[in-house]
Amino acid sequence: MADTRTTGFPGVEQTVLGADEIIINMGPQHPSTHGVLRVKLRLDGERIVDSECVIGYLHRGVEKIAEHRSYQQFAPYVDRMDYVAAVSNGLGYCEAVEKLLGAEAPMRAKVVRTILTELQRISSHLLWLGTHAIDIGALTPLFYCLREREEILKIFEKYCGARLTTHAFRIGGLQYDTYDGFEAEVKRFCLDFGHRVDEYEQLLTENRIWIARTKGVGVLTAADAIDMGATGPVLRGSGVKWDIRKAMPYAAYEKYEFEIPTGKNGDTYDRYLVRMEEMRQSNRICLQAVEDIPAGPIMGKVGKVLKPPVGEVYHSIEAPKGELGYYIVSDGTTQPYRVRIRPPSFINLEALDKMIKGHLVADVVAIIGTLDIVLGEVDR
Amino acid sequence: MTALLEFLNTYMWRLIFALVIVGVLPLLAGYVVLMERKVMADMQARLGPMRVGPHGLLQPIADALKLLIKEDIIPENADKLVFWFAPVISVTAAMVAYSALAIGPFFQIAELNIGLIFIVAISSMGIFGIILGGWASNSHYSLLGALRSTAQMISYETAAGLALVGGVLLAGTLSTKQIVQAQQGGTWFVFVAPIGFFLYLVASIAETNRAPFDLPEAESELVAGYMTEYSGFRWAVYFLAEYANMIVVASIATTLFLGGWLRPFGSIAALDFLDFFPPLCFFVVAAYCFYRTPKQPEPIQSAVMALFGGLCLLLAVAMALPFVPGLADSKPGLHGAFWFLLKVFLYIYSFMWIRFTFPRFRFDQLMRLGWYFMIPLSIVNVLGLGVYKVLRQLQWNRWPAFLLTTGGTLLVAIWLVWIAQKKAGIPGSVGDMTEAEG
Amino acid sequence: MPLDNDLVKRFKARFGDKIHEAWTDRKQSILVVNAASLVEISEYSRDDESFDYLVDLTAVDWPKREKRFDVVLNLYSFQKNERLRLKAYVGEGEGCLSVTGVWSTANWLEREAYDMFGIVFEGHPNLKRILLPDEWQGHPLRKDYDILTQDTAWVRENLGIESGQ
Repeated sequence: MADTRTTGFPGVEQTVLGADEIIINMGPQHPSTHGVLRVKLRLDGERIVDSECVIGYLHRGVEKIAEHRSYQQFAPYVDRMDYVAAVSNGLGYCEAVEKLLGAEAPMRAKVVRTILTELQRISSHLLWLGTHAIDIGALTPLFYCLREREEILKIFEKYCGARLTTHAFRIGGLQYDTYDGFEAEVKRFCLDFGHRVDEYEQLLTENRIWIARTKGVGVLTAADAIDMGATGPVLRGSGVKWDIRKAMPYAAYEKYEFEIPTGKNGDTYDRYLVRMEEMRQSNRICLQAVEDIPAGPIMGKVGKVLKPPVGEVYHSIEAPKGELGYYIVSDGTTQPYRVRIRPPSFINLEALDKMIKGHLVADVVAIIGTLDIVLGEVDR
Repeated sequence: MTALLEFLNTYMWRLIFALVIVGVLPLLAGYVVLMERKVMADMQARLGPMRVGPHGLLQPIADALKLLIKEDIIPENADKLVFWFAPVISVTAAMVAYSALAIGPFFQIAELNIGLIFIVAISSMGIFGIILGGWASNSHYSLLGALRSTAQMISYETAAGLALVGGVLLAGTLSTKQIVQAQQGGTWFVFVAPIGFFLYLVASIAETNRAPFDLPEAESELVAGYMTEYSGFRWAVYFLAEYANMIVVASIATTLFLGGWLRPFGSIAALDFLDFFPPLCFFVVAAYCFYRTPKQPEPIQSAVMALFGGLCLLLAVAMALPFVPGLADSKPGLHGAFWFLLKVFLYIYSFMWIRFTFPRFRFDQLMRLGWYFMIPLSIVNVLGLGVYKVLRQLQWNRWPAFLLTTGGTLLVAIWLVWIAQKKAGIPGSVGDMTEAEG
Repeated sequence: MPLDNDLVKRFKARFGDKIHEAWTDRKQSILVVNAASLVEISEYSRDDESFDYLVDLTAVDWPKREKRFDVVLNLYSFQKNERLRLKAYVGEGEGCLSVTGVWSTANWLEREAYDMFGIVFEGHPNLKRILLPDEWQGHPLRKDYDILTQDTAWVRENLGIESGQ
């Protein structure tokens, strides 16, 4: 629990009650640090004077493993990073390798990828919403969110047999074509889901306590957000209208209409609104995409053994948490020379220390929640 | 020997009542937990406990057994004596408070003329258990929880106390029995002092550390607050104290505002058929139990279901006793207890409803709500009720007096909200918090 | 494919031979710059060329090369919607200048590069390991650190087991 002997902060030692400031260790075993995040907090009463994130408890050396696997063999590993959005991870990796190979997936594969990735974004945001609400003390939204997430996971399970670590895509396209009734099921979910988001919003958006707990908490200005490298909803919540799906379209996003929601104040409430709207927009993309999935092959011409030409590539996608980038260096062999994964959670989490300074303990959990981190991705 | 007999003769019923309280209250608290889990599950599109006993009916007993046989862990650096003693203080305070409450005209352990003050005084002793427990754990989470609890109790005890003063003003007595009797024939005080009732509702949620005011044990922030280092039986005792406290505040509210053991519309003869409600209610539950009995998946579950049905049938018969000629005297006692408990459970249900709907307040917001809104409003409420009483004595009609005083208090409430919003600026900003702590 | 567009010309006009090489790879621009001038080039890229967003900072190990590490900075310009990759070659034991003063986000990224490759970033405010334990010996993403290698002493002492494999 709270360690008072080695505080880790210069000039602070041995304080239980003798000193004005106390140190508490939030995590790595704590109900609301979303995994094994550890935050050392230096408190004056309940106000945070200083803080330090300690990460790495879930470090598995994914980047090292990549150097010892062939390109195809490594694909399942990326699912284990952001394990609540495995499909998005897989999409980023497959597209990066395709870019490295100079290959392209056929249109049908691209559209199916888009649908699945957007469903994954919804499911990731749903999990975020439920846990964020629980962190702030609203117990009920979680179960509504899980109810809808379950529908999405069922679609994944029917499509590729797995619910969480899906490994849904292959380099060059897809391994499986859509199952019978895929379109109908996705459509049924999407048509229903719009009302569901309204339902969650009814519980929270205009709730006075919710507003009091989130407005003005964890403010990140646009300039700060860019300086801190924040991406995804965190950046958009600060008012920067930037989304890789629009800026540098990948998969089949060019074909579909959608808006990029942005916030104004860069506080927790705005980020909440941004994510709620993103769910609606993802839903919209899914509905458009599922209307006409082009016929045709699902696998491009990539060959059985992948030997990308010497060189390097950086490819990034808009994962639910932000920009997920893969920087892959090839030395012409069947194994990547270096795979660097740019994890959105890791870089968004960096802003935590700045955001919680001066706030109260209760706000720390709200801000960790609003950053929407997954420790599997932070530590890789 | 004769002295003992004489003692027993005088106090026998009270001793029995005391034993019933000590025996039944934990059981009741256990079933309040089950009720909470079932209500929560219902609101969250789930089923809740379904495993132990049919529909989870034996879950509280299983939970209690589990907690009893768990390993007893005391942290190494804890103050062992205080650590051991703290939960006991909490639970004792909660139980002793019950001694002055009247569940029905006969069922009361001690008929005190200062009943309400006694209850309030004793139940606020429970906070010592929390503070000492948090302190003795020698953990920062526990300490923060205890500190929060202290501040919260002090703030909301005031508001709750003042809200009670309103009711006491109307009744003109502090004895719980007489307060209920004062509502007999007339109207329940909730209809005379709705704002007082509302204030007590909010303050009692805060006093029992329930969401959205559950900061002392805010799970997502302080792990479990003052209970962080407690486990097994000690934890269960804290838990029991919390739920017993809930029953106590619900009972106070029932006594003071909801007419205690009185039947709804007791003064309207046309609605006397409501007297049939208690036995009928139990009878329907019993019938449902028997209907479900053959449908249980396991024979043992069928048996338990049948047992529950039998129990309910027994209660239905008991509730029907007053209709047997010659036993009509038992009506106030039996039906009184029924109505009293029904109101208590409704009050607790509203606690749960609130808990599963609202997010949690932040500490400074809680304090601001307490000091800027609840306390001023409860003072104005007392004044308003005083004016009401004077107006009634001046032979005013009930309605004009009620509208005048309640309307006035309501205006003050709106004004207070307006002030608070103006003062707060953007809620939750950093500068805002500095201002609020002063 | 060598790159010689306006952007590179501007860089070269400003920094002369501190820009060593420029090429495109899969239509992505790469600029190799002098490690000693990394900070000023970064500042220039941020302020004058509007590459105001540091997407990623990482390293690649080429043990056979004279200066074995590439320090790779992935930049993005919101204004131009364009990416640019800056590379600086850093040798073993040589320090690389820290760009934390230019982009705050570089703080953790440089710590990670230090952790994984042992590249020392000079001027970093808090250069210590980030993912691995502070006392860990070795830098795992170096090519000479085998996939089965571990700090056995640390594992034995702190985890009480013989091997983490």
